[in-house]
Amino acid sequence: MRDVAVVGIGITKFGELWEQSFRNLFVEAGKAAILDSGVEKIDSMYVGCMSSGLFVGQEHIGCLMADYLGVSPIPAVRVESACASGGVAFRQAFIEVASGMSDVVLAGGVEKMTDVDGAIATYALATAADAEYEGFQGVTFPGLYAMMARAHMDRYGTTSEMLAHVSVKNHDNGNLNPYAQFPVKITVDTVLNSVMVADPLHILDCSPVTDGAAAVIVTTVENAKKLGKPAIRIAGSGMATDSIALHSRDDMTTLNATKVAAEKAFAMANMTLKDIDFAEVHDCFTIAELIVLESLGVYAPGKAGEAAMAGETARSGSFPVNPSGGLKSKGHPVGATGIAQIVELVKQLRGEAENGRQLDNVKRGLAQNMGGSGGSATVHILEV
Amino acid sequence: MAVGIIGWGSYLPRNRIKLEEIAAVWGADAPSYKKGLLLYEKSVPAPDQDVITLSVEASRKALKRAGIDPRKIGAVYIGSESHPYAVKPSGTTVAEAIGCSNDVHCADFEFACKAGSEAMYVAHSHVKAGEMPYALGIGADTSQGAPGDALEYSASAGAAAFIMGAENVVATIDYSHSWMSDTPDFWRREYEHYPQHAGRFTGEPAYFRTTMGCANALLEKCGMKPEDFAYCVFHQPNGKFPQRAAKKLGFDINSEQFTTGWLTPWLGNTYSGSSPIGLTAILDVAKPGDKIFMVSYGSGAGSDGFVFTVTDEIDKIRDKADFTRPQLDENKHYLTYGQYTKFRGKILRNS
Amino acid sequence: MAQTLTARVWREQPQRYRMIANKDKKSGKVYFPPRLVTPDDLNAEFEDVQLSGAGKIASWTVIRVAPAPFTDLSPYALAIIETEEGVNVTAQIADCDVENIKTGMPVKFEFRKIYEDNEASIIYYGYKAVIV
Repeated sequence: MRDVAVVGIGITKFGELWEQSFRNLFVEAGKAAILDSGVEKIDSMYVGCMSSGLFVGQEHIGCLMADYLGVSPIPAVRVESACASGGVAFRQAFIEVASGMSDVVLAGGVEKMTDVDGAIATYALATAADAEYEGFQGVTFPGLYAMMARAHMDRYGTTSEMLAHVSVKNHDNGNLNPYAQFPVKITVDTVLNSVMVADPLHILDCSPVTDGAAAVIVTTVENAKKLGKPAIRIAGSGMATDSIALHSRDDMTTLNATKVAAEKAFAMANMTLKDIDFAEVHDCFTIAELIVLESLGVYAPGKAGEAAMAGETARSGSFPVNPSGGLKSKGHPVGATGIAQIVELVKQLRGEAENGRQLDNVKRGLAQNMGGSGGSATVHILEV
Repeated sequence: MAVGIIGWGSYLPRNRIKLEEIAAVWGADAPSYKKGLLLYEKSVPAPDQDVITLSVEASRKALKRAGIDPRKIGAVYIGSESHPYAVKPSGTTVAEAIGCSNDVHCADFEFACKAGSEAMYVAHSHVKAGEMPYALGIGADTSQGAPGDALEYSASAGAAAFIMGAENVVATIDYSHSWMSDTPDFWRREYEHYPQHAGRFTGEPAYFRTTMGCANALLEKCGMKPEDFAYCVFHQPNGKFPQRAAKKLGFDINSEQFTTGWLTPWLGNTYSGSSPIGLTAILDVAKPGDKIFMVSYGSGAGSDGFVFTVTDEIDKIRDKADFTRPQLDENKHYLTYGQYTKFRGKILRNS
Repeated sequence: MAQTLTARVWREQPQRYRMIANKDKKSGKVYFPPRLVTPDDLNAEFEDVQLSGAGKIASWTVIRVAPAPFTDLSPYALAIIETEEGVNVTAQIADCDVENIKTGMPVKFEFRKIYEDNEASIIYYGYKAVIV
C-alpha cells in the first residue's frame, strides 16, 4: 500500500443557496480543490451524494459532475452511504491511490436539499432508515436520534442541558467559519426554549437542511512533495456497518459501526486515541456527538454529556471537537458532510483555519462520518 | 343441530364529540336535541381507523372468544355503508389480517344500517346449511353525516363481529325473520360524499313500520311474548326511536331488558354496527338460558330479526376479550369540532 | 413523495397484518421481519412465529415535524417496542396523549391505517401500538 496524502481542498458556502444548482455546487468545490492542489489533471473521481434522485430528480451524477467539471472521460462514480456518502467517497479515493490504480483522485461530496419542501426533505432523509420497517411507520431522523437520546437519558441520566451545551459549543466554533450556514452564537437557554422537533430534541439540537459541496484531492505522499504542497497524510481509514434499523441493535446508546471503524483506522495508523489532538465528528443531532465520542472511546459510556458541560470539547478544551462548527452550525448537506470534515482537518493541520478558530499546535486529527442512525460509519486519521 | 354464535367481539374508537360541541357550531339548540333524540355524544374514528381496521379488531376479539383456528372460517362477510373502497372488498383485508385461509368466501354487504345483521344472517345460514364449520359476520361503520345536517349529531363509528358455528355455541339462533319494502327514506348516490334523507319520513313510514313489521312477525314465528325475553335490542338511529318501538311492542324500556343493549345516547348511531354492537353488550352479561330479541333496521328499507338462546358455554368464553360497555364508558377522548372535522376529512384543502 | 407501493405493501402483508416473525430453530432467537440467514449460520433453519402483540416501550419520541405522507397525523408518538418474544419493533403509538408516555409502559398492537398516498390510492394498513 502506498502512502497517501490530501493535497488540495475546496468547499462552497453552506446554506440555503437559491441561486446555486446541484451541479454548480459540485463544480465550484471541485475546481477549488484542483486549483488548491496544483495538480494538472486528475485520474479518477468519486462523488458522495445521498439522494440526488429525491432532492433534485437526478441520478447518474458521476457522469454529470465529470462532464461539468470538464474532466471527462475519466472514471467517475457516485458513492452512497446515506450521510456517510462523503466519508465513503474519501475512503474510496484513498484506496484507489493507495492501491496504485490511480495517482490523483478527486473525492467530492454534494447535496442540494432546498429545492424540495420540508416534508419531502424529511421523507428523503428518512429513506436512509429501513424503508419497510422504520420509514413505513413514519420514522424521521430527528425521531430516531430522539429515541437514542431518550434511551441515553434513561440509562445515564443525560440531560437536555448537556445536549444544549453541544449545540452552543458548535455554534461558538461555526461563528468563526466563513463557510458556515449558521455562523451565530447561541445560548443554552435558546436551545432549551427552541421548538421541539422530536422529543426530547429541540430544533437547535438538530443540524439544518443545507445546500453545499466539498472536494479534496488525494495523491501519493511522494507526488505531494513534488507539488510543493503541505502533505497531509492519511494515516488510517476505517469503515464499518451495523443494522440499518435502530430497533435491531442490542444497545441504542452506543454506535458499534463507529466503534469498529475507529478500531480499524487506529490499527492502520498504528496509533491510539492519545495520539489524536482533535476531531470532526458527525453531530447531525447533539446526542449524536455525545454517543459518537463515547463510542470512539474519548469518554466512558454516559460521560460525554458532563464533559461537554465542562467545556472539554471546546476549542480551548482538552479534546476539541468540531472546530468547524460541526454539522450543527456549519450545516449538513448530507453527501458533502464527510468531505467537509476532511476539509476542516486539512485546514487545521495546515494551520489555515480562518478567523481565529485555528487550534494550537495540532498534528493529528480524526474525522468520523456516519450514515442513517449509525448503520454505516467511516473514521479517518490525518496527520501533518 | 343448534347453530349460532360461538364468539363475539366489539371495537369502539376512543374519540368522542359531545352534542353541544356540534350544536354550538350550527346554532342548534342542544337541550332540545338531547331531549328529543336522546343523544349526548358520539364516537369518532381516529384518522387511522376505518371500517377495515375496526372490523379486524372486533373480529380478533371474536376469534379469541371462539378459540378456533381462523383457517377453518369458511366465509367473511362485512356489512357497512362506509367501506373504505368503492371498488375493492373490505373483507379480503380483514380475512388476511385475522389469518383466514385462501379457501374462504368473502363479500361486502351494503344495506344502509342493516348490512351488519345481513352479514350475520348469511353467515348463520351457511353454517346451518352445513356448507362450512364457521362463518364470520361483521357489522361496522364509520358513518358520515353532512355538516349541519341532523345526521351529524348521530353518525358514529364502531364494529361488532360474530363467528357462527355449530359446536360450543354460546347463543343459538332459534328463529330469524326478514321484512322488506321499497321505502326511500335515506340514500346516497355514487360519488356523493354524504347521504340524503327524507326528514320526518324516516320515522313512522320507514323505521317504525319496518321495525314493527319484522318484530311482530318474529314474535309470531317464535310464539313468544316480550316478557319472555331477558334482553331486546333494536336498531338505534338515536336514543328515542328504539325506545318507542320497544315500548310499543311491550318491552320494558326502563329495565335491563332494554337498557343493556341501548348504547346510542353515548355512542351515536354506528349504522351497520348499531344493533350488532348492542347485542355484544348483551352477550357480555347474559346468563345461560336467557332469550334475546334483536331487530335491525336499514333504510331503503328492511329489518332482520333474530331470537337467540344463551347456552351454558357463554361463561367459558365471556372473559377472553374485553367487554363493550367499558369501551363506551372509559378511556374517552373528547374532540373539538375543529379536530372532528379534520379527522373526518370535512375540511376543504389544497390538493 | 407519492409512490405506488401496491406490490411492495402486498408482499409484506404477513408482517404488516399479522406480525409474522421467524425463529432460528437452533438459537431460538426471533427475527422481525423474518430473516433468511443469521450472522452465525448461512444455512440456519427457521420456523414462522406470530408475535403475540404484547410488549413494552423501550424508547419513544413524539414526531412534531413529519415526513411527507404523515404530516396530517403530527404530532404523533413513535416508539421502539420490546415485544414479549424479545424482538424489537418500531411503531407509532396510536390514540395516546403524547404528554404522558413513559419508557416501560405496556402496549399491545392494533390494526390501523398507516397511510395513503392520496384519496384515490390504495390504503396501506399495518400495526400500531396502543398503551394498555
